[in-house]
Amino acid sequence: MTANDVVSVPDLRGHFGKFGGRFVPEALMAALDELDEAFRKAMVDPGFLKQLRELQINYTGRPSPITEAKRFAEHAGGATILLKREDLNHTGSHKINNVLGQGLLTQRMGKTRVIAETGAGQHGVATATVAALLGLECVVYMGEEDTKRQALNVARMKLLGATVVPVTIGSRTLKDAINEAMRDWVANVETTHYMLGTVAGPAPFPEMVRDFHRIIGDESREQMLSRYGRLPDVVAACVGGGSNAIGIFTAFIGDANVRLLGLEAGGDGIETGRHASTIVGGAVGVLHGARSYIMQDDDGQTIESHSISAGLDYPSVGPEHAYLADIGRAEYRSVTDVEAMNAFKLLCETEGIIPAIETAHALAGAIEIGKELGEGAIILINLSGRGDKDVETAAKYFGIDL
Amino acid sequence: MSLLHDAFARAKSENRAALIAYLPAGYPTEDGAVECIAAMVEGGVDIVEIGFPYSDPVMDGPTIQDAVNISLTGGTKSATVINTVKRVADLGVPALVMSYWNPIERYGVDSFANDFHAAGGVGVITPDLTPEEADDWIAATDSNEVDRVFLVALSSSDERIAKVANATTGFIYAGAVMGVTGARTSVSDAIEGLVAKVRRHSELPVAVGLGVSTPEQAHEIAQYADGVIVGSAFVTAIKNDGPAGAKALAQALSKGLAR
Repeated sequence: MTANDVVSVPDLRGHFGKFGGRFVPEALMAALDELDEAFRKAMVDPGFLKQLRELQINYTGRPSPITEAKRFAEHAGGATILLKREDLNHTGSHKINNVLGQGLLTQRMGKTRVIAETGAGQHGVATATVAALLGLECVVYMGEEDTKRQALNVARMKLLGATVVPVTIGSRTLKDAINEAMRDWVANVETTHYMLGTVAGPAPFPEMVRDFHRIIGDESREQMLSRYGRLPDVVAACVGGGSNAIGIFTAFIGDANVRLLGLEAGGDGIETGRHASTIVGGAVGVLHGARSYIMQDDDGQTIESHSISAGLDYPSVGPEHAYLADIGRAEYRSVTDVEAMNAFKLLCETEGIIPAIETAHALAGAIEIGKELGEGAIILINLSGRGDKDVETAAKYFGIDL
Repeated sequence: MSLLHDAFARAKSENRAALIAYLPAGYPTEDGAVECIAAMVEGGVDIVEIGFPYSDPVMDGPTIQDAVNISLTGGTKSATVINTVKRVADLGVPALVMSYWNPIERYGVDSFANDFHAAGGVGVITPDLTPEEADDWIAATDSNEVDRVFLVALSSSDERIAKVANATTGFIYAGAVMGVTGARTSVSDAIEGLVAKVRRHSELPVAVGLGVSTPEQAHEIAQYADGVIVGSAFVTAIKNDGPAGAKALAQALSKGLAR
């Protein structure tokens, strides 16, 4: 396989092999075509790229550094552990990369209102942020369950001027927030852009969101070569929808010697059925506009996912991940709540960095693969978000009185 | 000519539009749904759309979401849907299924078309499947003699309308509003124009749905469309008054169908 085999996906209709595509109501087809055209024009427009670059540097604070985690590495078989610090971006996660791009596109399409779904609240906060920056009306749909788990982020969105709508149907988590956002979009598509927050959904979202996040891997690759004179042996990232993972993977896809490792949320364990590991434990199906691996029963009904991490608690995954898994270019493993929380605590106590619980899944996976590979191996982890939003969940988990 | 096209032809010969009613299988129960559909047919419904309940109905508003939820909680499975098709077909009325795509794909595209046909079903409406993604579905429905119904929207370009018209074999479903299912006080003025555009690309019947709930709306639509589709209003009528409510609504709507 050459680099081109993979970089050339998706095809013109948004297919990554048998995955992806567009499974949406006819009413949305025109809006998706419009978005597709605006995206393609923008990505070859020097004016757009300059505007985006300027915001990435002076608003987000890019490039994000790479931090070597020496004390943490002692628990990971002595492998070298490097952290790509997306947690240091403005708003505290990688999510800002995508919303800046989509925010500028919204303006170019002449739309004045943005809607978004959010699970952990990181994408909601990022969307509310860019809406404030660009003067757009903003409505964020969030499962009622998640508004409780992530109360801090709800307050942040409100302070930023967004309307947060708690979704009280279904499992009251990310999946239902997406359903509600799609219903809003169908009804208001003339004025409204749906700022989808991950590499899932109908084409062109998986490709577009990937391209706005690939700066994570592009920077990392350059930083690795200039500081370490070599590429990492493993690039690891957590995968819910999979945007931070695709963001860091893309630059390395052509480097056949670099292993790409995605860590899915294992919840109580795959064997219990209470998890969110769609690639490891799901089956091929269509959800939210794309074909991918999803969690479903024998009748094609979506099974509710489970994870301590609201941001990974999603019963589908971006179609490009499904494709990378199918062709064997990336490997996906499952990390339980317990393993993730142990890694969470370890990073806090060894490096002075409180990670997002989502990110802690990648840390747990890195410990495991570090032990497999031992000294001399270099593992680059996408530290996709900071954990301030999770302090309450973590305190409760570890029995700390607040 | 299928049973479905017979129903449209009969309505046309009576100088009226056909009345098409939607109800999810298993709502309020498996038997209850069949009983309500029988009452609708007595009240004047020409064609029945049986909803395949799905966990993530992104095209549906609160009324149908609630009904689907009651159905799924009550234990509705794929087999329930096929069984309901059989019982409705036995009433002598054309039975269609309206289904989001994943339950059909999970069932097996060819198996579903085959079992649906064997149960006496005539056509399937697929609201989140556009012709672009429908190669397998077109092959399966062709070989199993099942009619396909795709949708057009107020936002559809001429080019897209042509594409949808080409891929459709049953009737063309024109969405009367931009939005999800649910009763509205008015439908868009633009819908008549959409129906006219569709007619330039197809000889197939055109039926209008989404937001349609009253005899007045039905009357307006009947002047230019071949069919009037009502869903949420039947769910509400059944919630309030069971089969009697379904029959009364069908009777009231029937009075609005004349040209």
